[in-house]
Amino acid sequence: MDLVQWFAAPLQYEFMVKAILVSALVGLVCSALSCYMTLKGWALMGDAVSHAVLPGVVIAYVLNIPLAIGAFVFGVGSVLAIGFIKAKTRVKEDAVIGLVFTGFFALGIVLISKVKSTVDLGHILFGNVLGISDSDITQTVIISIITLVTLAILRKDLILFCFDSTHARSIGMNITFLYYVLLSLLSLTAVAGLQTVGIILVVAMLVTPGATAYLLSDRFDQMMLIAIASGVFSSVMGTYISYHIDGSTGGCIVVLQTLLFVIAMIFAPKHGLLVQPKAAESP
Amino acid sequence: MNAIRIDIENVTVAYHGKVALHSASLQLQAGTICGLVGMNGAGKSTLFKAIMGFVQPAGGRILINGLPIRRVQKSSLVAYVPQSEEVDWNFPVSVHDVVMMGRYGYMNLLRIPRLSDQRAVREALERVEMWQMRDRQIGELSGGQKKRTFFARALAQQGKVLLLDEPFAGVDIKTEKMMIHLLMELRQTGHTILISTHDLASITTFCDQVVLINRTILAYGNTSEVFTAENLSRTFGGSVGDFSLATSQLAPGNQEEQEWT
Repeated sequence: MDLVQWFAAPLQYEFMVKAILVSALVGLVCSALSCYMTLKGWALMGDAVSHAVLPGVVIAYVLNIPLAIGAFVFGVGSVLAIGFIKAKTRVKEDAVIGLVFTGFFALGIVLISKVKSTVDLGHILFGNVLGISDSDITQTVIISIITLVTLAILRKDLILFCFDSTHARSIGMNITFLYYVLLSLLSLTAVAGLQTVGIILVVAMLVTPGATAYLLSDRFDQMMLIAIASGVFSSVMGTYISYHIDGSTGGCIVVLQTLLFVIAMIFAPKHGLLVQPKAAESP
Repeated sequence: MNAIRIDIENVTVAYHGKVALHSASLQLQAGTICGLVGMNGAGKSTLFKAIMGFVQPAGGRILINGLPIRRVQKSSLVAYVPQSEEVDWNFPVSVHDVVMMGRYGYMNLLRIPRLSDQRAVREALERVEMWQMRDRQIGELSGGQKKRTFFARALAQQGKVLLLDEPFAGVDIKTEKMMIHLLMELRQTGHTILISTHDLASITTFCDQVVLINRTILAYGNTSEVFTAENLSRTFGGSVGDFSLATSQLAPGNQEEQEWT
């Protein structure tokens, strides 16, 4: 009875219904993409791009154009900048990624501080799904549809691109195109994730579900389903918990995701810590 | 496009100003197996990459039946079997999934396999005796089974040209024998085959031609004429007296070539 009450009580508020639905959708989309991010080894890239979109988001806000457009320009721009600096200097890649994304992020913070009246820094940094506006919901839905349709159409090409881009090239596939597709989806979903968990934590949405599923499955389709299940579960439950404890929604979602990862890390039937010692003991 | 001829004319490849392959010229004919022999870092992988069109030569050109590689890539004509070190063995794909990737070039946008694709995959897996293992995740395979899986992908691709980079490294005798047997069958059906290997002892048993390489092509021609102790000694830059010594010295590591990938 109490449990029913626990789930039912928040639903009497329209903003909670919206928040739960939007969180679930964002969890779904980010989790789907997270499979490709973890398999391609793009976690650091995801971190970089999701932070680097900040100035684009602020500029788009000021110009009153969809945030996704600004995010897209700066997300792709940051990766081009990383590639350019890496090619032209002797600085190593991890340092280049670190300095570019923090530079972009800092620029975004400066911009926010100058346009404070229209943009709330806290909402962008930490998310504000409980107070999400209808236009933001529309935008999240559009981004989700674009991402899911693209992933559905290019599913096998992207798997091959992540697994063996050499072979993809050898049969005439355009891997530059696939690279930019994945990059563009990353920039777009960073905007979707920004609404729920905020820009600082969005990388968790784009990495953790995929990493959790990777420990639990040896098949891509299965991995995708597990990632989506864990991502949607964390998003919905995280939103509920944040309501009941009156805490940060983004924080609750990501803590839950991390807990699921730790559980998988310990108990995964094949790749978990509990079964691994056998393999580790033998020299 | 049945008999494929590859002309490599004066090809020079440089990475970051460092020349990896200098003025290489050779012709690969249909219905022949050509062995590629050289030390690590001698430019073997570079030559493969140049043929595949992955690196742009600083000089010279490579023509496949008179056409540049970019014009023929989409036809899945050239099948490439990479070194095992380049594969992510933890990737969540099965043996069957990997071999099916050889068919993507024949499929529509959604890459939905047709009956002909299913048949080609099954036939390729049966030829390398891996059909029973088709549902295994690739990391669960032995070294020989891994090689056979990627060899099956090349078979399923049904390219007329096969490029194999160190297919015998770390495999069991059974796999090596099986692959040599299959290569000889492919030669019978008019395929053009280039294979790099450190197993010098087996080269005379199945290679019609040999290319000896050390940053440039030192010698090239029929195995009986080119594969001499004197030429091998030049290739390995010292007095390598016998094959077994050469093999044992060359087996471990690949660091120098890895740097260029």
